[in-house]
Amino acid sequence: MMQVQSKADLHHDISQFLFREARYADDHRYESWEALWADDGIYWIPANGDDIDPERQMSIVYDNRSRIGLRVRQLMTGKRHTQEPQSRLRRIVGDIEVVKAEGRELTVACNTMIFESALRGDIVWASRNEFVLRRDGDDFKIARKKVALVNNDKAIFTLSFLV
Amino acid sequence: MNMLARTPEWGEMIHRDRVRGHLYRDPTIFQLELERIWYRTWVYVGHESEVPRPHDFVRKSIGHQPILMTRAHDGRVHLLLNRCTHRGNQLCAKEHGNAVTFTCPFHAWNFASDGRLVGYAFADGYEGLNKDEHGLGRVPRVASYRGFVFGSFAPDGPSLVEHLGGAAETLDRLAMTSPEGEIEITAGFLKHRVKANWKFILENETDGYHPAFVHSSIFAVADSGIGSLYGAKSTALTRDYGNGHTELDLRPEFRKRDAPLSWFGTTTERLPDYVAKMNRAYGEPKARQIMIDGTPHVMIFPNLFIAEIQMFVIEPLGVEDSVQHVTALQFKGAPDLNRRMRQQTMGSVGPAGFLLADDSEMYERTQRGVHASDTDWIYLGRGQHRERHDGDGFMVGHATDEVPSRGIWRHYRALMERP
Repeated sequence: MMQVQSKADLHHDISQFLFREARYADDHRYESWEALWADDGIYWIPANGDDIDPERQMSIVYDNRSRIGLRVRQLMTGKRHTQEPQSRLRRIVGDIEVVKAEGRELTVACNTMIFESALRGDIVWASRNEFVLRRDGDDFKIARKKVALVNNDKAIFTLSFLV
Repeated sequence: MNMLARTPEWGEMIHRDRVRGHLYRDPTIFQLELERIWYRTWVYVGHESEVPRPHDFVRKSIGHQPILMTRAHDGRVHLLLNRCTHRGNQLCAKEHGNAVTFTCPFHAWNFASDGRLVGYAFADGYEGLNKDEHGLGRVPRVASYRGFVFGSFAPDGPSLVEHLGGAAETLDRLAMTSPEGEIEITAGFLKHRVKANWKFILENETDGYHPAFVHSSIFAVADSGIGSLYGAKSTALTRDYGNGHTELDLRPEFRKRDAPLSWFGTTTERLPDYVAKMNRAYGEPKARQIMIDGTPHVMIFPNLFIAEIQMFVIEPLGVEDSVQHVTALQFKGAPDLNRRMRQQTMGSVGPAGFLLADDSEMYERTQRGVHASDTDWIYLGRGQHRERHDGDGFMVGHATDEVPSRGIWRHYRALMERP
């Protein structure tokens, strides 16, 4: 029997999940981060606008599930030079809203600001993120994560950590 | 080294097998490069397919000069300066689009897509003004080869074909990958900024020595078949075409494999439509050879790099600041091939690319390295004892040898010595 969940509880659960995802990325806990993904997950960072067609136009990242795994495995070799030493990262996730709830899937939007300190210098990244979260027992899996960087129309520096 | 300002002694800084590190970090040198390379020689600007219809436009650049590449009503491609001729205001702020005329937002001066001044606000204030003298500035020489549009700010000099020389054939080879013989640039550009001098990028594009080390992380986890091309036992060649153009010729390795589309990490079974079209277009024996040889890996001096499946354009923002514009090559009449081109390009290049993020890390570290000392040399002598001339008279060497860097610097010195 499905329990009816209060809106406040749902919002709390979603927030906790997004904060965890953010912390795994900040702390370079690559395997824990990868385990949050659904088997058909899509990780998308568009370029030149937020609503381009990723099947026709270049994106900064447009990974299917197997390519997400490849990205993580590359980071774990210890020879991904751009992340050796790893960027020091802290991000804030805020303005979390449930945009749509349909069956087992929730579309959630939030704003994110990331402070990155790397060899090249310190950079602030800002984005509007959109998640499709799929219920998985008491938890969620990420079916889709879209990161719309505020400056995705401009020339940007290397972005090799998990955004 | 401030005394360099007027007459640098290029011969003291550039030897056959070594160059001075400060050539990559001296702002005075960078200014001279703008004058003597970027505003003099042929520089790649854009591709005709980026402005397919009349009145299409796209914003580009040559060095620091803002360029509008337009296609006028008569189909001709123009390279105009994106600057209102009244007060110098940036005329067009949109990245690309279609416009019969451009109206400056400052005082409403209005220009046609071929650069002519059409009109201005409150015309009674300009009695007797000759509109023909106030059209948009334009790049004095414009020429295209296989749809690649180049511009030169020098009113005269070698033609584009003379400038491309032997490297023109690589663009012919590239076009033949399309069953219709045409390249298209339609997928939009990733713009990857690096805190490094543009010449580190230029030289790395045909450096076959670094992949085994810089890209070891992705080679370790993905079986791309690229790694073996750049090993000590590789039969691939580095080539110096002269005029600064250089190539990593991978055909010897692909011919050894003797498997069509192996260069692209795939097989004919996976791209049946493409293979059928190629066979129809070229006949089976020639189509097979084209699909074995693959696309070129060639650096057209100073800023156009064809990297088999993608195209890079190097933009020098400052002495230690550059942008790599990159997009997937698309081939007319090959939608199934093009889809894979886009997918592989997105994976490998750009700010998050499996390959380019690490290349760019090396550019930035080398940039920091050359701050170490004025007297330190960068050594480019690898493979001098085994370089030789090929059948066409071009210098070639082992895949991992520094024939390309030596060729680039020889040409660079010749350009910079010309006042």
